[in-house]
Amino acid sequence: MKENAVLVMKNIHKSFPGVKALQGVDFKLREGEIHALMGENGAGKSTLIKVLTGVYGKDEGQIFLGTDSQEVTIRSPQDAQNMGISTVYQEITLCPNLSVAENMFIGRTKGIRQDWKMMARETTRILKSLDIPAEASQQLSTCSIAVQQMVAIARAVDMDCKVLILDEPTSSLDEQEVEKLFRLMRDLKKKGVGIIFVTHFLDQVYEVCDRITVLRDGSLVGEYEIADLPRVQLVSKMLGKELDDLSDIKGETKTKEKTSDVPVFETEQLASVAGIKPFDFYIKKGEVNGFTGLLGSGRSECVRAIYGADRVTQGKVKKNGKEIRIRKPLDAMKAGIAYLPEDRKNDGIIGDLSVRENIILALQVRKGFFKPFTRAEAEKFADDYIKLLDIKTASADTPIKSLSGGNQQKCILARWLLMNPEYLILDEPTRGIDVGTKVDIQKLVLKLASEGMSITFISSETDEMLRTCSRLVVMRDGKVVGELSGDDLTQSKIMSTIAGGESKNE
Amino acid sequence: MSKAEKKQKAGSRQILIPLIALAILAIFNLIVDPSFFSISLGVNSQGDPVLSGNLVTVLDYGAELAILAIGMTLVTAATGGQDISVGAAMAISGSIMLRVLCGETTQTSVLHTPIIVALLVSIVVAMLFGAFNGALVAFFKIQPMVATLILFTAGRSIAAWINNNELPIIDDPKFGYAGGFIPGIPIPTPIFIAVICMIVIALLLRFTNLGLYTQSVGINEESSRLNGLNPELIKLLTFVILGVCVAIAGWIKVSRLSTINYSTFAKDIEMDAILAVALGGNALSGGKFNMASSILGAYVIQFLTTTLYRMDVSSAAISAYKAVVVILLVVMSAPTVQAWAKNMWKKLRPHAAVKEVG
Amino acid sequence: MNKIKEKIRNMTDTNLLLTITIVVFFAMYIAAILIEGEGFLKPQSFFNILNANAALIILSCGLSIVMITGGIDISVGGVTGLISMCCAVYLDYKGGNVLMSVIIALAIGLAFGVVQGFLVAYLDIQPFIVTLAGMFFARGMTTIVHTNPFNVENPAFVALKETRVIVPGMGSVNRLGRYVDAYVELGVIVALLVVLLLFVMLRWTKLGRSFYAVGGNSQSALMLGINVRRTRFLSHVLCGLLSGIGGYVYFLHVGSGAVTHASGAEMNAIASSIIGGTMLTGGVGNIIGTLFGVLSLSTIQNIVASAGFGESWWTGITIAAMLCIFLVVQSVIMSVRKKRSAKK
Repeated sequence: MKENAVLVMKNIHKSFPGVKALQGVDFKLREGEIHALMGENGAGKSTLIKVLTGVYGKDEGQIFLGTDSQEVTIRSPQDAQNMGISTVYQEITLCPNLSVAENMFIGRTKGIRQDWKMMARETTRILKSLDIPAEASQQLSTCSIAVQQMVAIARAVDMDCKVLILDEPTSSLDEQEVEKLFRLMRDLKKKGVGIIFVTHFLDQVYEVCDRITVLRDGSLVGEYEIADLPRVQLVSKMLGKELDDLSDIKGETKTKEKTSDVPVFETEQLASVAGIKPFDFYIKKGEVNGFTGLLGSGRSECVRAIYGADRVTQGKVKKNGKEIRIRKPLDAMKAGIAYLPEDRKNDGIIGDLSVRENIILALQVRKGFFKPFTRAEAEKFADDYIKLLDIKTASADTPIKSLSGGNQQKCILARWLLMNPEYLILDEPTRGIDVGTKVDIQKLVLKLASEGMSITFISSETDEMLRTCSRLVVMRDGKVVGELSGDDLTQSKIMSTIAGGESKNE
Repeated sequence: MSKAEKKQKAGSRQILIPLIALAILAIFNLIVDPSFFSISLGVNSQGDPVLSGNLVTVLDYGAELAILAIGMTLVTAATGGQDISVGAAMAISGSIMLRVLCGETTQTSVLHTPIIVALLVSIVVAMLFGAFNGALVAFFKIQPMVATLILFTAGRSIAAWINNNELPIIDDPKFGYAGGFIPGIPIPTPIFIAVICMIVIALLLRFTNLGLYTQSVGINEESSRLNGLNPELIKLLTFVILGVCVAIAGWIKVSRLSTINYSTFAKDIEMDAILAVALGGNALSGGKFNMASSILGAYVIQFLTTTLYRMDVSSAAISAYKAVVVILLVVMSAPTVQAWAKNMWKKLRPHAAVKEVG
Repeated sequence: MNKIKEKIRNMTDTNLLLTITIVVFFAMYIAAILIEGEGFLKPQSFFNILNANAALIILSCGLSIVMITGGIDISVGGVTGLISMCCAVYLDYKGGNVLMSVIIALAIGLAFGVVQGFLVAYLDIQPFIVTLAGMFFARGMTTIVHTNPFNVENPAFVALKETRVIVPGMGSVNRLGRYVDAYVELGVIVALLVVLLLFVMLRWTKLGRSFYAVGGNSQSALMLGINVRRTRFLSHVLCGLLSGIGGYVYFLHVGSGAVTHASGAEMNAIASSIIGGTMLTGGVGNIIGTLFGVLSLSTIQNIVASAGFGESWWTGITIAAMLCIFLVVQSVIMSVRKKRSAKK
């Protein structure tokens, strides 16, 4: 392998108010290699990439670019493009109101004139060569998300770049499209382009990458050749502990099967506008179960439908065998359902409000507009839960947005526990928070279940689900494709169910 | 602990913004002409005792603005936008009142209906117009100031249409009480009306969740929805409350004049109302608000207006001065500018420290 | 039928709204002919609409650009009034020449554009607040410059104002049997030139396309390598310059200075842009649509006036009603389209 570095980042520091996102991270990308950047959510991958692409300025550190290692300052994404760094982000960063062709070329052609003919011609050629089902003149927003993502990739690849960054580009792509992308990546690699690849899917890493750099909590863990780092070790490096440590709570989970027989909540052919296929589901008292599947497989949409967060189009929800009407979240709350949403920042916290207000909000809403809690009541609720869940905050008056991710999540958890729900839905409660809090939350889930609460637990980390759930509903493409319990609850069985029968384990 | 204290201070610091502005104006007037602050007890043409003086004028004429600021603060908090149709809507509610009071005639010394009925009718109408604005904002997701542009354009025309473009005049002195003096009481009535409105809103904020709900919706609509709130309804509610404020302010205004001029009635008051909210240190992009601060902001603006009048600035030219104040204010409170100032301060400070050591 | 449906579905938002606008305009013009009779068939009636609205066309174009970029400018009416007053005072009281008055007009417009653009783009202040202050500043300044209305009598200016451009072949025979040439004022020529230039600019230059990109999604535009701040700044500068030109055209049309001049013009301009298919949320709009927006607006005013609603207040109510209908229709169309693409 060639050893010419095309990009070296040295001792990069970056902090945001209250958070040290990057602490002295080094990173080296060589000519013609595919380099995986790994780490949990919140490890600093995205921040590192945004520093590299000029979205954020760095606080400290140096960036060297090119085989002659010139030090560069990247002030804006435009700068980065001009220096030959092109990027595909996880969320689509194209303009929905422009045509596909314009999105391919805007911001990177020279001159004043917009050359529609050239753009149409070139775009058609590129779309054809990559087999993307779109037309050059089509408005981007009329394309499917996957096609939009492919267009973004096509744009990045078409630019004559030295460094290509792919930040979780595969989450909205299907298998064939991923395969197409990999072929493309290998072609570029042959041409000497350095590729940084960020993904959550370990299979993909081992399929195309040459090297792995692991980040954890904003610091560098290390850089490894792919052959030197087996999967298990990669995971333990990412998590920062040996796998044995993580299984220490497993013993407690075996009480779950012998719960009552009547489901507390069940759904019949429930479907919502979010595009999931009608599904049946039930949960018993004191049970912990989960939905699993790839990102975008519809697992969040299922619980959102139960909670009334998305408009329900058909089906029923039953409580203790009797049908209940859930048209909006408030109905669900009154029926004893609590829902901790997946997207903490956009759906969970109310950033400028204090920790106390965030904790009491749901209970307050259920109590009613004309019956506000007194200051003393609210303070007692907040203080109790701050103590109970060990929320690290300066005071209950602190705005929740200035807390760390884990503590924010605990506040939201407190909000729903305060409601004393019969059925608690936790959608990715451990995403982007530190390992210690993760274990706390898992333990809490098991404790609550043993006290009789029914809980649905969703996580992208399968081992976390294995540790807590006694039954898993497996989803693919918005459809329930299987249910696993008892001895079937193994990593490989889950993988194969997700993949659709054919075994995908190593 | 210290951090918590700081946060508390930040909350109370908001009210410092209008307070400091008020202090600057007061000091300015004190230097230019100390007699600005004198208050005297005189007798008006009806032979009743009345208080007069610039400070009384500020409190008197600031009443409409303070009442509007209450509603505008709530709308701003919940929707992150402002209602620019309040002046036009005031013209409508004023026109409705006159219509109800005068019946078919255009000049009357006999009221056709009790004032309270006319007031209730105009409140209901203003609430309906508020609901119209609110519906456009909440259900059709049109930006507030664009949605209210419709009523802004049509409002004064509708007001003229209600009275066939005639200018009804009411001679009954009782009608003038709301905008002037109640015989025997030397304090202008608008001050009482404003105080009553403030007490009502204080009670509302204290004994309902109005504050919590509007702020939640303004900060994060989706979170609020998942917490069982109905953001659409709350936005609509704030516009309806603003409608009530508009009707009361319109009542005071029309009572002062005993008549109405459709094109100039309460003209540009929307600008002042928005400015009051901004001067109170509330973010115009919505979210957290401080009601007392907004109300104080309204009086600061009236203070500024009165000061400018005293300096013989013509009423039409006042808007130019106010515009300059607004721009200075928003520039100073812009996060970009504050960050820049902080940076400059940082750069200067080590320099100064070195100097001290040297 | 299905083919048409398919075609509509594949249209860009901009073209869809443009089509609606043009259809509405022709429907309205036909209605005008039916209601008002022959009068509206004469080309001169159409040219009179142009004559009366040349300034509004230019102002609306400037506003459309700002709105396409995702902002708003409500100072254009105030600036127009200020320009009229300044030019009038300069020409009559200071005995200035016409060329210089044009330069003054452009300079005032540009100054407003630059300052407002800077505050919006580089200091991140809400455009509504900035330009609201701009409007009040302009209105206040107008009264400070001069308070009483007066007509400009500067001979060179009056000659320019009276200049009529004959449109060949469009004349008609009047009641006395004489052939009268159809004409437009100079301002109309300027307005049409502006429309043409801006249409080309928005369609075929990179700056034009970056206005759309920034308005569509400013965060994405930044990632795609567009200088978002500069684009925003330029949109306001351009709007300021256009309000300078529009201000002068307005002045040329009225030939006087008055505090009440062009009051409410900003609202008419915004209404025209919206009716012309510009979305307030940004990223969608077309200059040709804006032209038709202005024409639709004045056509409907004519219809309302000739249908027996002569009273002055009907104008305001009509504009507001049209605005309301268009806003709601836009909102509904867009949410339907969004849902459809989400389903895909």
